[in-house]
Amino acid sequence: MHYKIHNYIIGFILSVLLTLAAYASVVLQLFSLPVLLSIILILAAVQLVVQLVFFLHIDEGKDESWKLYAFLSTVPFILIIFLGSIWIMNHLDYNMSPTHISQYMEISQGGF
Amino acid sequence: MKTNESSDKAIFGFWIYLMSDLVIFAVLFATYAVLRTNTFGGPTGMQLFSLPNALAETLILLTSSFTCGLAMLSAYKKNTKNTLIFFGVTFILGALFLGLELTEFSQLIASGNGPDRSAFLSAFFTLVGTHGLHIATGLLWMAVAMVQIKVKGLSDHVMSKLIRLGIFWHFLDVVWIFIFTIVYLMSHAL
Repeated sequence: MHYKIHNYIIGFILSVLLTLAAYASVVLQLFSLPVLLSIILILAAVQLVVQLVFFLHIDEGKDESWKLYAFLSTVPFILIIFLGSIWIMNHLDYNMSPTHISQYMEISQGGF
Repeated sequence: MKTNESSDKAIFGFWIYLMSDLVIFAVLFATYAVLRTNTFGGPTGMQLFSLPNALAETLILLTSSFTCGLAMLSAYKKNTKNTLIFFGVTFILGALFLGLELTEFSQLIASGNGPDRSAFLSAFFTLVGTHGLHIATGLLWMAVAMVQIKVKGLSDHVMSKLIRLGIFWHFLDVVWIFIFTIVYLMSHAL
């Protein structure tokens, strides 16, 4: 346990800057939608790494390498659950279900 | 030596618990992302969410994560007084964060936009509420830890608990980055 105060200070300053950058890019509306979404997601991912390294010390030497390995083996589960759900549900919606309640009404009325 | 080993095991087990907690949050994020547009004719996130309020919550929680780190540094140096001061500041910031969140929730519910309004709002309250519940648990834990520091001092046993509390608090800030981005920022971008 040889954490030093400058680790926390660097992590804190970087996190504040990344948060403000993401906030400003949304509020100032300088970018088109796909660019803006990419920017704020990348900024969030960078801040994730910053906090894992500077606050949670995930890159700690070999004594605590299990922290990193446990996290890295959880990431695929998270991505499959998150991206997989969005992918499947969007396609279910597209292939099977009417997109608006009024279409349900038409279908059920037409059926009789 | 024996205490160190069991302490290491406890930290390892706690880290594994946090990884499973991440999976819970992944499920709630997925639910929110899928139901985000299902407003059932009700207001959208852009109409309901205040970005300055979300930014204030983010900066408060981030600062509390920083002061929690300072508390841990003081604890490693066996400085009981500074440990208590920094945990005290962390606790106040955490309580402030929770206060802002509960104010937002009560305003939404008072204006008829509670979790029963639409699938979008059910998903929102579940995701953000689960995070808030973790924060409330963390605050309770921190209060108990401060009493233990006061009574027992920074013994090996107390240190092991503080290390886990520190990890838990930093972890909650990491999850909040994604709530801030996916729930609040994206509601105003899309």
